[in-house]
Amino acid sequence: MVYSSKEIRKKRAKLNRTDALHIMLIPAVVFTFIFYYLPLFGIVMAFQNFKPLLGFTKSEWVGFEQFRYIFTIPSFWIACRNTFIIAFFKIILNIIVPLTLSLLLNELIGNKFKRFVQTIIFIPYFFSWAILGGMVIEIFSYDGAINNLIAALGGEPIAFLISNAWFRPIIIASDVWKNIGYNTVLFLAAITNIDPTLYEAAVVDGAGRFKQLTKITLPSIASMIVLLTILGLGGILNAGFEQIFIMYNPIVEKTVDIIDTFVYRLGIVSTQYSAAAAAGLFKSVVSMVFVGASYWLAYKTTEYRVF
Amino acid sequence: MKNKERTKIRESKSRLIFNIFNYTLLALLSITYIFPILHVFSLSLSSSTAAAAGKVSFFPVDFSWDAYAYLMRKADFFRSVNISFWRVVIGSLVNMTLIVLTAYPLSRSSEKFAWRNVYMVFFAVTMFIGGGLIPTYMVIRQLKLLDTFWALIFPAAVNVWHIIIMMNFFRGLPSAVEEAAAIDGASHWRILFQIYLPMSLPSLASLLLFCIIGHWNAWFDGMFYMNSPSNYPMATYLATQILNNNRNITNMTPEQLEKLVALHEKTMRSAQLFLSIVPILIVYPFLQKFFIKGIVIGSVKQ
Repeated sequence: MVYSSKEIRKKRAKLNRTDALHIMLIPAVVFTFIFYYLPLFGIVMAFQNFKPLLGFTKSEWVGFEQFRYIFTIPSFWIACRNTFIIAFFKIILNIIVPLTLSLLLNELIGNKFKRFVQTIIFIPYFFSWAILGGMVIEIFSYDGAINNLIAALGGEPIAFLISNAWFRPIIIASDVWKNIGYNTVLFLAAITNIDPTLYEAAVVDGAGRFKQLTKITLPSIASMIVLLTILGLGGILNAGFEQIFIMYNPIVEKTVDIIDTFVYRLGIVSTQYSAAAAAGLFKSVVSMVFVGASYWLAYKTTEYRVF
Repeated sequence: MKNKERTKIRESKSRLIFNIFNYTLLALLSITYIFPILHVFSLSLSSSTAAAAGKVSFFPVDFSWDAYAYLMRKADFFRSVNISFWRVVIGSLVNMTLIVLTAYPLSRSSEKFAWRNVYMVFFAVTMFIGGGLIPTYMVIRQLKLLDTFWALIFPAAVNVWHIIIMMNFFRGLPSAVEEAAAIDGASHWRILFQIYLPMSLPSLASLLLFCIIGHWNAWFDGMFYMNSPSNYPMATYLATQILNNNRNITNMTPEQLEKLVALHEKTMRSAQLFLSIVPILIVYPFLQKFFIKGIVIGSVKQ
């Protein structure tokens, strides 16, 4: 069929109307408004002495009193420090370990073993911390598998789960162990995208495998490493609430309590709603700065746009 | 010439050493992934005395179905599995509908859809700041959703990350497709459902899988929005069991409490843990390529 240009313009006009687009957006806008924007008004709680019986309108306004209060709680600062330490190690190791692994996998000759390893290491990524937390606790418990192994080797059992020296490394390591597959997949995909003629040229020039790694592979995926690190650092205040909430216990609180678990206990367990909201808001604001800065840096360094 | 050959030999020798090291390392790493799953499975099939005595490692000791037989009679575990099943089905359906309907308008350029950027900001804000637990709880209470199935579905209905992934995929589709459709007089609805969606099936499958896994694994909302444990989904049910165990760890000497944590229904707990990962273990190998594709499209836009 052949249309005249006038007809085409008329048909195209249909697409220039945007009412259908607005209609499509209605459901998501409604859900987002109700479950994200309405709770945002709850932020006012942080500036009140909120009592559930009085509600937002009748509760007493106290300005920055709640912030002053939480800043005097020593365990708040401990939680801040723990958050930074745990998140920092998680972010860095969640780059370095998958990177190393993908480079090692890339050196494998056979495809079968490579696929096997790749499949197996990806599995825990899809498990909930509700399940994995249970498994980790099981394995590291006083009469768990690790301690059985230590005993079999003639060592003394270690009370991992109540040890302030061991618990933080266990939290970090189990997170890296769980998520290793995700970034490994990304790095492997990037490595396979490298132009093979580069390697051929390098071989002709007499470059060994190690030279090829440092001169071709790493520079080719450098921008991706930078990008993942920057985006990761944006989440420096998210040290993994679900994992720590399910795994920690009061004895190891001073090394693994993070802002999120602190806020939870303050708000839900001690019902200090306003103080909890203030601590939560403090975290949100600082974290917003970090996320914003990381998105901006990501764009500046690699032209990556999130939106 | 001679020199070159010599370096080649030296290289192949160091290469051999590296290969041995590499294979060993990766094999050891694989064991750390196989062991926990196998261990939990073996614990669930061992006698409770063998499990408590720490005799079980890779394989069941004193083989016994007791844990599963006991679990079969435990109505609350199966009730929670049932809730999780429906949560996955309905929750994923709601997620996918919203992803598709929202990603399409947002994938239009702002010249053609002037409001595009306004909507984008509206959604993007949610990635930076949230109202926090208690205000969200109060909204859900006001809506009379507490202790209902819908508290597991509606608050998690919009996933902005998934919408952005789909939006970027739609943007990557060749513009000639849309041009051709426009000339045929297609509406936005027809372009979305009859042209874009059939072209995006692999991406849709990937996102669907992530939604399914997300709903199957989510436990915190269940704990927070449900007052009655009989409304818990499976993951919440398991989480509360682990938490109860952890909470016992106070005011006791290290040895006492380690014993207590470990002895308590070890085989039963293992059986529940294992049953809850079985669906993922069964489905995962077949769908692995979709997962991988989903991750790659989501993260590296070129």
